Amino acid sequence: MAPSPASTGSEIISIRARDVSLWYGNFQALKNVTLEVKQGLITSLIGPSGCGKTTLLRCFNRINERYGNVTTTGEITVLGKNIYDADVSLSELRKSVGMVFQRPNPLPISVYDNVLFGVQIHTPRRSLTRDQRDAMVESALREVDLWDEIKDRIHKKATRLTLEQQQKLCIARLLPLKPRIILMDEPCSALDAEGTERIETLLESLREKYTVVIVTHNMAQARRASDECIFMLLGELVEHGTTEQIFFNPGDERTEMYIEGRYG
Amino acid sequence: MPKRRPRVNPRRRPRNRQSDVKAAWTNKLNLASGAMTMQRQANTARSGIGWCAQLGRATHWLLDISELPMEWLIRLCGWSAIFFVFAIFFFVLKEGAGVLGKLDLKEFLTSPNWRPDSAVRPQYGILALLVGTFSVTTLAMLIAVPLGLGSAVYVSEFAGRRTKETLKVVIELLAAIPSVVWGFVGYMVLGPIIIRLTGAPIGINVLNGGIILALMSVPIIVSVGEDALRAVPDSYREAAAALGANRWETVYRVLFPAAKKGLLAAVLLGVGRAVGETMAVLMATGHAVQIPHSLLDPVRTLTATIAAELGETVAGDDHYAVLFVIGVVLFAVAFAVNLTADVVVNGWRGGRND
Repeated sequence: MAPSPASTGSEIISIRARDVSLWYGNFQALKNVTLEVKQGLITSLIGPSGCGKTTLLRCFNRINERYGNVTTTGEITVLGKNIYDADVSLSELRKSVGMVFQRPNPLPISVYDNVLFGVQIHTPRRSLTRDQRDAMVESALREVDLWDEIKDRIHKKATRLTLEQQQKLCIARLLPLKPRIILMDEPCSALDAEGTERIETLLESLREKYTVVIVTHNMAQARRASDECIFMLLGELVEHGTTEQIFFNPGDERTEMYIEGRYG
Repeated sequence: MPKRRPRVNPRRRPRNRQSDVKAAWTNKLNLASGAMTMQRQANTARSGIGWCAQLGRATHWLLDISELPMEWLIRLCGWSAIFFVFAIFFFVLKEGAGVLGKLDLKEFLTSPNWRPDSAVRPQYGILALLVGTFSVTTLAMLIAVPLGLGSAVYVSEFAGRRTKETLKVVIELLAAIPSVVWGFVGYMVLGPIIIRLTGAPIGINVLNGGIILALMSVPIIVSVGEDALRAVPDSYREAAAALGANRWETVYRVLFPAAKKGLLAAVLLGVGRAVGETMAVLMATGHAVQIPHSLLDPVRTLTATIAAELGETVAGDDHYAVLFVIGVVLFAVAFAVNLTADVVVNGWRGGRND
């Protein structure tokens, strides 16, 4: 029932979900969600708490399956391949679909090792020279605008950085894997206003290179930062459109009420 | 009053001060500490004089006066641990002090001749006993550390919920077996098996003692190690999984570094048990004073020597005192092990969390 979103330039589809339903035990968290996420855009998932937006996001790299009692039906095609097929390697999937979490979660190792963690898992031991690794770390940290700030501290433990730096690091550690899609689950909710602003600036610089799907509670952020918005309610996808369309000319009454802040 | 005022929930404070309706309402108007509090006060005020408030005051008064003794009681519990360690050390040292002047320390530490009963010239060399303790402990740790940490990882990260519960119960049961029963198992069960498998003339030896000690240390290593792994925030596992790490990669790249202090504590407790264990090694190692040349040689440990000989000495004579000096040596060994581990984990400066 989702109205097809108006054209926003790019027409290549990165993520295509068809009839996705998901249950945690007996509780149905997603109900027949069908959507298409366009490549190179920033797409926001919005909706009140418990509407299933995080659950949906976590389907795209199958990290939901860490909880034992999850049943998923339907089909999610990422980069042309149904990720729920039996022959899909989770490790490969997560290499091309990176994820940033609500609370910055750098690993309790050095900044340097954090950035290289993914690469070291996906490449054979000692296949990279020291120079290659140094270059990787530098370019990843430069891309998130962190290099100048912490270049003297890259061998210190990552958990000692500020929350904003940690969150940037969590984005930076995805980059050496050359992901195609980056999923973000409320990446700014632990940050102050300035940190949020800088992460949003960073988001802006990531678009086009990556497809970004971001879950956010912050309506203003969705409006500022995203090209398209998807509004969800009680496990259903209510409306999918360009940000302008959703905010200024919503097609569904429920979207309108939520945008106006009458509930949620 | 103590130097620091006991903490009382600040949101409740205003409520016990008010005593009548008027005060309550004034209070209400002055307060800006949240609608909930206001609502409660309004209700209190409306219900007459507000017996709720008086009740609140009474319980608070109780809490206030009971806080100080509680604080001291808890402080006392904390300091008592230190007190007891020093007290034990002092008493052991005191019993052994008499012989320290007479004892040739070089002979004591470097001679393998332990002949305390010799009528001609008693010799007190503990080298063989030291080597006995170290050989049995080392062997035990070589077996117990991989086994213990491996099962801790399995229980914490890989086992399903039911397997996990079952395993934990069984492992705790293993920890509850008395050491004399372990000694019995070593003597009656493991001994004959070792003889049959290796053709050794005697089944109670380093190998036997090491295996028994390992089995005794494993439960401690598992339960402490499992706690340490479980204490690692799930967000680390999630981060690793989202980067494509499988469970094993997560274990050795993320969980081991994150839990290294706890895991080391687990290993140390295992070592502590192995070094300090007395009855089981007394029964399982053969109790022969000699420097072992193979795993199949019987040995004697420091602890077993104290246990076996203390009852046969005359209180206060040299032999008696030397046994207490051995106790001091055991103390020193335990202290050295702990200190080394602490330095390894925290670095020389200690305490810094990096």
